[in-house]
Amino acid sequence: MSSILRGLKEVKNYPSAMVGLAIIAFLVVLSIYTVITIPYSEAVKLWRGADQIWIENPRFARPVFFDWFTPKKLARTIIVDSRNNPNAKIVNQYGEDVEIIITLEFDFLYDEFPTEITLFMNKQIPGSDMYATFYWETPDGRRINLRRGSIKTRDSYEISQDTALRRRLGGKDAHIGLFSAGDDKKPLKGKYRLVIEAVSFDPEDDLDARLIVYGTIHGIAGTDHLRRDLKIALFWGAPIALIFGLLAAVGTTALTMLIAAIGVWYRGVVDGLIQRITEVRMILPTLVILIMVGMFYSRSIWVILGTVVVLGVFGSGIKVYRAMFLQVREMPYIEAAQAYGARGGRIVFKYMLPRIIPMLIPAFVTEVPAFVFLEATLAFLGISDPVVPTWGKILYDAQSKGALYMGHYYWVVIPSVLLIITGLGFSMLGFALDRIFNPRLRRM
Amino acid sequence: MGGLTPHSLNPTKGGYRQVMEEMGMTLASNLKRILKYFLVRIIIMAITLLIGVYVVILVANMGGAVDEIRKSEIREAVGRRLLGDENYRIMSSEERQKYAKMLEEIEFKRFGLDQPFLIRSFLYLKQALTLDLGNAERLTSDTGSRKVKLIILERLVPTLVLMMTSFLILFFSALTFALFLSRRYGSFFDKMIIALAPLSAAPAWFYGIFLILIFAAILKILPFGGMVRVPPPDNAFEYFLSLLRHLVLPVFSVLLSSIFISTYNWRTYFLIYSNEDYVEMAKAKGLSSAMIERRYILRPTMPAIVTSFALSLITQWMGSITLETVFNWPGLGRRIYEAISNFDSPVIVGANVIYAYLLATTVLVLDVIYAILDPRVRVEATGGVEQ
Repeated sequence: MSSILRGLKEVKNYPSAMVGLAIIAFLVVLSIYTVITIPYSEAVKLWRGADQIWIENPRFARPVFFDWFTPKKLARTIIVDSRNNPNAKIVNQYGEDVEIIITLEFDFLYDEFPTEITLFMNKQIPGSDMYATFYWETPDGRRINLRRGSIKTRDSYEISQDTALRRRLGGKDAHIGLFSAGDDKKPLKGKYRLVIEAVSFDPEDDLDARLIVYGTIHGIAGTDHLRRDLKIALFWGAPIALIFGLLAAVGTTALTMLIAAIGVWYRGVVDGLIQRITEVRMILPTLVILIMVGMFYSRSIWVILGTVVVLGVFGSGIKVYRAMFLQVREMPYIEAAQAYGARGGRIVFKYMLPRIIPMLIPAFVTEVPAFVFLEATLAFLGISDPVVPTWGKILYDAQSKGALYMGHYYWVVIPSVLLIITGLGFSMLGFALDRIFNPRLRRM
Repeated sequence: MGGLTPHSLNPTKGGYRQVMEEMGMTLASNLKRILKYFLVRIIIMAITLLIGVYVVILVANMGGAVDEIRKSEIREAVGRRLLGDENYRIMSSEERQKYAKMLEEIEFKRFGLDQPFLIRSFLYLKQALTLDLGNAERLTSDTGSRKVKLIILERLVPTLVLMMTSFLILFFSALTFALFLSRRYGSFFDKMIIALAPLSAAPAWFYGIFLILIFAAILKILPFGGMVRVPPPDNAFEYFLSLLRHLVLPVFSVLLSSIFISTYNWRTYFLIYSNEDYVEMAKAKGLSSAMIERRYILRPTMPAIVTSFALSLITQWMGSITLETVFNWPGLGRRIYEAISNFDSPVIVGANVIYAYLLATTVLVLDVIYAILDPRVRVEATGGVEQ
């Protein structure tokens, strides 16, 4: 044990190991922060995105920090709600009829066109008839007729999808045509107004409207094709990656070592059997078997983890440990243990395994990234726990939606960077530990 | 003058013949030993493969997936046969169902599906080994066939082209760098490789994403993916050029993910072996450094390098699945991705089998290289990459 502690103290002489430790510490802090601030059930619910919880988010929005690196002012999402603004609504009673005029006013001061405009409406009385005319007023005083039609109880008007409007705007998308001053390079800055003139034949009727002008940047991580805030998956990816990587690495390294020790100690048939299993395991396509298990049985992260450990136990590491244990077996203290009557189990657990444990530490730290990436690889191929948000899942969505081709680089780069940082952290520490605990390498 | 000539330089006629005969004999016996070794390895590998595929079948059929594949196959065949059946057409729908059910049962029996699982599993093993997995559920081959065998095998060549190119470039470039660095132990480049080695923690597809981002999306000098441009060029030379252009990024991703760790490991082997006494001895004798490297360092290190390369190749084969998905390379990996998205179980079982074949072949080929490199094998005719 003291040799392990001495070795661990030596870590501070290796700058790369310190960087690795710092990265791991950062990930641990991030994980704890995530688990506390966004509880698991909350994260799962948000990531599933039911009940239109993300409706106020733009699609494919870049992270907000993009704004800091460009002289242009990137468009943020603007939400104007008639309920928050008492001056926005004028109600006129004409006998049995009621006229409601809603003016949604906002300042648009960005250097970029928005990406989408949608109007959500809530009518008070279900079943009554309400007709409305929608106008758009630009800062330079133009008034554009948008649409005329009836309003249902819970209605939305996707202005960007209005094909008739697009035709009238000369084939331009509404979110460009309505904001352009002529050339479509830059939007016109200033006060815009959306006016709804609604008439209802029920005097009790009332109308509320909420206009969302979707921008191009959102949150610290951006959004995906389903308007979900990527922050949730990016944050939750950290604890999942750490847990999966650590458990898989500890499980495989410890079990591999145990099996190697048993094989060496009992020799003969046991050893031969272990060797043959290792050879068969060598030609088993791990990833494809994992895919098969994920497809046929369960995509639960625990089932995948278990399969990974079972497949990893008889991996190539067994040969390395076997060679080490073969040396240990011949050592005099083992003979001494036998002489005072220690049995096989005791010798394996109490005498052989502790001898090799210093080797286990670097091996297991170096193994962690492989498992973190294995989980990401499986998720990238579409085999992942359906409810858990992970980094690999973001990459899967990005890949299947052609993110790189479409130019949504942030969608791919941020999870990738987090993955490589995690991998580098563990492997830098592992390499340094290997040099500390492996005396033959220390000279090199 | 004649009296001073050494015997070996001026052999008598009989002596010369004797030397040649001896050499011929050792060559023949060496060849015999290598062949014997090779044969033993092939048999062992065949048995290993048999067990490996059997394990795959067992895992696949834990939930009855293979049974279901066979049954739906038979049901489909029965359905097709009934379409041309005159009697079937005039039956009522109830009779029809009964009749079809009866025919299916007969066929199930004929193909041994009513047997206990142990017997069935060996039946499946035979079918799996010959890739006779019937029809895919949704996928079709590029030629329009639904046979799993065709669907998988038509994608074998592109995968082999991509992976063989990567493996060869990886092996020779890592070997060259490792030799170069072992000569300059402690230099700037040596330290750089040590610092870069942790980068190999990420798999090839991961670097692929970054390379696509830089060279295809931003710089726009190389294609996003695919194997040749669309439509493919008619001219064979242009086809080859287009293939090369599409190969650059995937091959480079494989290199990025493996070359640092391989170079680092192999350089360490070289350093360990260049500390041996016989190397000092050779240096003292005044042999040229090229000769020392070739004969005294490279030669004894090669078996260890081949073993470590074998292990990295196995990882690379698995990595190729995702790599092909990222680069839209029309190979086996891409097929597996399509099978996952279409939930096509027969193709997944078939993919397991074909990858088991590929891995077994890789190990076998490296065994042979090992046998040629390691003189001990020629003497003992046993052993292999694993040892």
